[in-house]
Amino acid sequence: MSKIREAFAHGKAFIPFLTCGDPDLETTAACVQACARAGASLIELGIPFSDPTAEGPVIQGANLKALQAGTTTDKIFDLVRELRKDVSIPFVFMTYANVVYSYGPERFLRKCQDVGIDGIILPDVPYEEKEEFLPYCRKHGVDLISMIAPTSQDRIARIAREADGFLYIVSSLGVTGTRTEITTDLGSILKAVRANTDIPAAIGFGISTPEQAKKMAGISDGAIVGSAIIKILDKYGTEAPAHVEEYVRSMVEAARSAG
Amino acid sequence: MSNGRFGIHGGQYIPETLMNAVIELEEAYNRYKDDPAFNAELTELFNEYAGRPSRLYFARKMTDDLGGAKIYLKREDLNHTGAHKINNVLGQALLAKKMGKTRLIAETGAGQHGVATATAAALMGMECVVFMGEEDTKRQALNVYRMRLLGAEVVPVTTGTATLKDAVSQAMREWTSRIDDTHYCLGSVMGPHPFPTIVRDFQAVISREIKAQLMEKEGKLPDAVLACVGGGSNAIGSFYHFINDPSVRLIGCEAAGRGVDTFETAATIATGKLGIFHGMKSYFCQDEYGQIAPVYSISAGLDYPGIGPEHAMLHDTGRAQYVPITDDEAVDAFEYLARMEGIIPAIESAHAVAYARTLAPTMGKDQIIVITISGRGDKDCAAIARYRGEDLHE
Repeated sequence: MSKIREAFAHGKAFIPFLTCGDPDLETTAACVQACARAGASLIELGIPFSDPTAEGPVIQGANLKALQAGTTTDKIFDLVRELRKDVSIPFVFMTYANVVYSYGPERFLRKCQDVGIDGIILPDVPYEEKEEFLPYCRKHGVDLISMIAPTSQDRIARIAREADGFLYIVSSLGVTGTRTEITTDLGSILKAVRANTDIPAAIGFGISTPEQAKKMAGISDGAIVGSAIIKILDKYGTEAPAHVEEYVRSMVEAARSAG
Repeated sequence: MSNGRFGIHGGQYIPETLMNAVIELEEAYNRYKDDPAFNAELTELFNEYAGRPSRLYFARKMTDDLGGAKIYLKREDLNHTGAHKINNVLGQALLAKKMGKTRLIAETGAGQHGVATATAAALMGMECVVFMGEEDTKRQALNVYRMRLLGAEVVPVTTGTATLKDAVSQAMREWTSRIDDTHYCLGSVMGPHPFPTIVRDFQAVISREIKAQLMEKEGKLPDAVLACVGGGSNAIGSFYHFINDPSVRLIGCEAAGRGVDTFETAATIATGKLGIFHGMKSYFCQDEYGQIAPVYSISAGLDYPGIGPEHAMLHDTGRAQYVPITDDEAVDAFEYLARMEGIIPAIESAHAVAYARTLAPTMGKDQIIVITISGRGDKDCAAIARYRGEDLHE
């Protein structure tokens, strides 16, 4: 069983997202440790990209800030290597195809394996294009996480059957960002997923409150939260880790209470 | 690997949310592209509404002045709305209408594609929203007004460099949030499959006409076809029907901005490397970590860090050649064509005129160059005046 699947074996998962280097890499490191202490099941680490087309304004801002602070892919690999000395929960990179492609997929995934990255999410690499990266992921034991969207319909079966690690269920149309209401019929999407695979499925996009986390974890295997955490970083800057820890703890409890 | 490859380039690198939308578009396009009724309707729009066929004009004074090859100008600037962009937009709007879409969204750089989309939306009774980099809304204020006049909403994009690439990103984001009733009317031969093919097919009318018109006037093929390249829609339209005629040199003129040895350039073939962005694999201006470069050109329409995948393939195979043209050269050519032929070209098209001034004298008098004048230059007058140190108030 991959480390990622194992992370779902102990009840409903809560998955926080951080953009590496927002506002600086030291704060990211402290936030990762805070998330781990608060009971996060796995952590999504964003490698900033200049033009993040799947992100709403909050995470776009974090990407920009991180790049302006001089964050690079190599510095993030160093950060992960350091973090692995005392954090053992799975790490999943979230970035865009060009970041991996320009680094060289073989070199990038080998480096992932070296420093202890367990999975990678590339929102601009759909099912049709995954062969570009999948062989390198498989070779280096890194799960290429697949996404399912409200518009996937007849594609769900195909995507689910070939998925590795966990399935990232996109809750709503549009880009990342908090939403007051999630109206997608996630129940039938999860039903279609379940009919085709037994790998875990977590829901992301638009989740910010413990109530939402509980509801989403209730109908799936976990909840993913990004923008709401980035907002805490925006508000508190380098003082954010304690606030992130408190928030993640409340979300972990909410998600757990669903299962 | 997905459909829609041009050599190793192209593909569909987009969020899962959009996959069924591009598949639906591809199916609809395949259904209508050879449908006689659809094509009759489109030809009627081209001819009666857009004013096609556009003229192929023999530039006698320019030919005499340069003292080499005969120069013909393909006058896309004479189309309704003043640029080649209308060809693609009428095709896509008609297709969207057949698909039951009621709303068009588009990105625009110089504003020509935005104006064309707003025009087609008005004509066909569709809602229209145009995303335009805030920087460009300032450079092209007149076009912003034209779009609003035509009933479109113009949304200034403030993220990133606030230019064309950011407008494309924002239009893609908007499309993921509203797909059911909305067609993304992409303006160039770029983005995910099937856009590079659809846009090329609708623009191929340019080379189809050039071939027939030149055959009538000269009884032969041209020796070279020149067009400016940003994403590359007027260039691919000008090249397409000559790709299998190896005697015809195909030359795309990129925007070098302040020079290919500076950071203020948008010359993708000259300075970019292979990458994946905006739905396609192609060449992009980027740094060593794959961060997309903040490109620059005096021309808002060529101010894009990538190039369409079919051009990337034509470059790889050597079938087409891509040359960088600086702001200075383009502005000189803008003024040159105005004085020489009484034709004010778009600053984008002036990049192609600039290269013709270098190329023509090296060719024989029995040879022929066709330059596509992709758009007219009225929109650029204030900016060029500023470039020359004169402040115009319209």
